[in-house]
Amino acid sequence: MSRIIVVTSGKGGVGKTTTSAAMGMGLAKKGHKTAVIDFDVGLRNLDLILGCERRVVYDFVNIINGEATLNQALIKDKRCDKLYILPASQTRDKDALTLDGVEKVLEELKESFDYIICDSPAGIERGAHLAMYFADDAFIVTNPEVSSVRDSDRMLGILSSKSKRAENNETPIKEYLLLSRYNPARVKLGEMLSVEDVQEILSLDLLGVVPESKAVLNASNSGTPVILDEASDAGKAYADIVSRYLGEEVPQRFIYEKKKGLFGRLFRG
Amino acid sequence: MPKNSISNQENSAAFEFKSSIITVPVIHLFNGDSTLFSQQLHDKVNQAPSFFKNSSVLIDLQDVEEQIIDLDALVKIIQTASLLVIGIRSGSKEQQQMAKDLSLPIFDKHSEGLAPSNEKKPEEILTPEVTPLRNPAACENLLITQPVRSGQRIYAKGDIIITAPVSPGAELLAEGNIHIYNVLRGRALAGVLGDESALIFCSNLQAELISIAGNYRISEDIDDTLRNSPVQIHLDQHALIIKNI
Repeated sequence: MSRIIVVTSGKGGVGKTTTSAAMGMGLAKKGHKTAVIDFDVGLRNLDLILGCERRVVYDFVNIINGEATLNQALIKDKRCDKLYILPASQTRDKDALTLDGVEKVLEELKESFDYIICDSPAGIERGAHLAMYFADDAFIVTNPEVSSVRDSDRMLGILSSKSKRAENNETPIKEYLLLSRYNPARVKLGEMLSVEDVQEILSLDLLGVVPESKAVLNASNSGTPVILDEASDAGKAYADIVSRYLGEEVPQRFIYEKKKGLFGRLFRG
Repeated sequence: MPKNSISNQENSAAFEFKSSIITVPVIHLFNGDSTLFSQQLHDKVNQAPSFFKNSSVLIDLQDVEEQIIDLDALVKIIQTASLLVIGIRSGSKEQQQMAKDLSLPIFDKHSEGLAPSNEKKPEEILTPEVTPLRNPAACENLLITQPVRSGQRIYAKGDIIITAPVSPGAELLAEGNIHIYNVLRGRALAGVLGDESALIFCSNLQAELISIAGNYRISEDIDDTLRNSPVQIHLDQHALIIKNI
């Protein structure tokens, strides 16, 4: 039974595409056949983050318009043969997506994939709406600051009222909170909202915290999903998140500041 | 130099025509019976004598066009109530002739103001779409157990009862009372159709706005001692009273 996951946030720049790429790679590496779809038509980014920008021939809109088949457009990842990418069209806009077209593509993907990750564009308009409409699960990516939290809250409202599941009165979309760009030191100084603050406002279960990390930018620049940088904080955090999503019990990390060892204390700075 | 001053006066304008829009109370007459009118008008004026004193009024005759009315008597009644009639609106031909005889201006049926040519479009009233979470027709009161998210709007014909948090940017509208057994961070408007006896209860007040029957208070005006605490809110003579419970 395949599941459609939407990675969404409302606000832009919080880490949706980074999360989509990392989750896609993480699930694929665990042996699940996974497709990641870029819904950000006109502002295509996912291909860059996954490092397949030079292999894009056909895109999502081509399939919807019947100009290519799904197999022609899907790009197989070179590092993991269970991961496929469906890039967005860069020359079109969100109006090129239709509800029927999206449904057809998702139905076809469901036949052969275990997980289908929809990387939502920012905002709450057409692109974001279509990305979440057919979802079974939702990853709400939030940064620990007030505007991001409010936008996430708005998005949660839309998930619970305007999705296919909501409209058909089915079991609601399962929502997971993913707190990214978290910096425990700044939380301690009161410059950032804490995990508890965000959870209290959103009343959601926390899937995981991704610490603010240089590794994320490096990974994006090199076209490698950050989850493959196994030594980095962010890579470990995403690995935990994938495991937790798959039902494994993994304790939360990166929420509190690491205690500095003796050397750390001696050479504080 | 008197000559000069005279020529100056001749050059300077003595007046100019300008159109201007003023708001005038209109008496919509439903019944031409002058004794009934006299009695009811005096009762009305006595409620707020200073408000009505020397106020100008327009008489709208649209609903009594078929009736025979004594306009002269009506005008006198209005004058004794210390109001000044500045004209009539609509009316049958006979009624308009009576107004002319009394030197009262006649205003056009369709013009709302005194400057019909500059007729302004009535301001568009936005009626936001209301999407109730559950079908309110099935039950007058609404029980909500899921968080009410930013941007969501809930309307109930009766009471709203919520056991989950209400986020900032969410809006609750109830014709009756609102009960929130959780945090209220959004807006809560009880008695939206004017029920002044409506109440708001919440177990943690962090609201952006609270309102009962149109009398509202914004977050800034909520006392700090009442914030983050369980409260009951009621209306006392157009003042919102927030009490700790």
